[in-house]
Amino acid sequence: MTSTLTLASVHAKYNLIETLRIPIAVIGTVVFPSLAFLFFVVPQSSQFDAATATQAVISLSVFSLCVGSLFNFGLTIAENREKPWDPYLRTLPASGPARILGHLIATGGLSLFSLLPLVVLGALLTEATATPLQMLLGLIALAITSLPFMLMGICIGYAMPTKAAIAVIQVLFFALAFGGGLFLPPQMFPNWLEAVSRFLPSRHARELSIWAVQGGELPVFALVGAVAWIVGLAVLAIVLYRRDEGRRFR
Amino acid sequence: MTNDPQAGRLLARLDHVTRRFGTLTALDDVSLEVGTGAIVGLLGPNGAGKSTLLSLLQGLRRPTSGTVQLFGGDPGEARNRRRLGSTPQETALPSSLRVGEVIDLVGAHFDERVPTAEIAEEFGLSTMMKRQTGSLSGGQQRRLSVALAFVGSPQLVLLDEPTTGLDVDARRTLWDAIRRQHDAGATVVVTSHYLEEIEALAERVVVMGQGRVLADDRLDAVLSRVGMSRIRLSSGTADSRERIARLDDVTHVEADDAGRLTITARDADAVVRQIVRADIDFTGLEVRGATLEEAFLSLTGGAPNAPAPRDPDPTPSDSTSKAA
Repeated sequence: MTSTLTLASVHAKYNLIETLRIPIAVIGTVVFPSLAFLFFVVPQSSQFDAATATQAVISLSVFSLCVGSLFNFGLTIAENREKPWDPYLRTLPASGPARILGHLIATGGLSLFSLLPLVVLGALLTEATATPLQMLLGLIALAITSLPFMLMGICIGYAMPTKAAIAVIQVLFFALAFGGGLFLPPQMFPNWLEAVSRFLPSRHARELSIWAVQGGELPVFALVGAVAWIVGLAVLAIVLYRRDEGRRFR
Repeated sequence: MTNDPQAGRLLARLDHVTRRFGTLTALDDVSLEVGTGAIVGLLGPNGAGKSTLLSLLQGLRRPTSGTVQLFGGDPGEARNRRRLGSTPQETALPSSLRVGEVIDLVGAHFDERVPTAEIAEEFGLSTMMKRQTGSLSGGQQRRLSVALAFVGSPQLVLLDEPTTGLDVDARRTLWDAIRRQHDAGATVVVTSHYLEEIEALAERVVVMGQGRVLADDRLDAVLSRVGMSRIRLSSGTADSRERIARLDDVTHVEADDAGRLTITARDADAVVRQIVRADIDFTGLEVRGATLEEAFLSLTGGAPNAPAPRDPDPTPSDSTSKAA
């Protein structure tokens, strides 16, 4: 039987072809992080030193991935489940993991790609600095630590209809972004918020990515937390996929 | 281990399967076996449970109770669907993908896939491989949908309403292709609410209504049961209902509140002749062919006191000849 990995790449390939045939959808994903960066970070960046500016770029990268993942995965999957093509694909001999992995490769890959212009803007317009190796490490850290957002999107997509998904995603991304220190650095948090923040995948993503780029002490809580979120959400996503019988009407 | 390679090997099996959606019972204690060989027609009106039955075999849904087996295993497991082919419902193709890409995408799931060019040739798609599916006509989309079911050299193919919305020519072309695939070794289960389609394709017919299997037999046997007529008349005499019910070829008699009788009969002409000969008083005679739905109702025995459906008569013409 064709392996999970082969099938995942097949699904990823046609998923990407479909997306790229409607370029405006891609432009939205790619432009959003850069635009957010220009509006939120660049105007204040004159007050930042190099380290703070670099952290701001990283925070915004995490923010973009968080928002992009929740919307792209959650809405796409919820919408697809309401169309008859998706049930057809489920009748083919592809396992749940193969299809979920296919989603991750295609949509996740596109989200990561959309960070490149942001990194360029950060280097040109702010004091942020990183060597090529640091950038590479940072991107790897971002790719891994954004998995919880993608898996969250997948779970939402399989658990609820589109309209409910929109509402849930809007609340969730705001809570994750603020609580994870992506808007305001966690150093400015009151104690209670700092305590809550340490359990959020957005905080884990921020800390681990900053550590990957700037070095220093490994934030162990973030590593443990990220792994726990990834494992937990991956299991949940597969359970929800298997339980799914398309949209239910009453 | 049996070394019997083909004959009658069991491909799919439903054992006392019930499936409910909330309070609606879509399938009600259905048992059915599909072995290698024949084209099986699944016939029934809309809402009879045909699509639900297929979705259980495809692993899309799970039964509320009972067991569903595909190639001896759970159809929910991907590996048990390796020799299964099915069509997308309605015309659901991803509109921005090209015809060739859709065939490749589906084909990539199967070990023994038919080359794309070959399947395209078989279903008359060769000239449109580079076109996006959204630009195809309804008939072309249907052909592509049906073609997808055969890409993986399947042993069992489930076709849900394959020719709905097609004109007569396109329908015949598709039927020919399905027959060729069957001759090449695929067992085919096809659902339809067109009697004509089932007549053209199927050798074995399963009639469904209200979530149950009403009949499961050879095509000719089932045709003799569903090919019925409906006679309506009013009669002033009190015992006419009983007298008519006793006539040959009458399956079912029902009276409405106004005393008007509705008679379901296999041979309307013969029954009318008998009514005249028996000197049963009647007015306002109407005769028409029963719709499938009515034929199904008479098969279920829709009314409380209705007789059980008759056993299929092996030679239906014999029973009418004595009345003629």
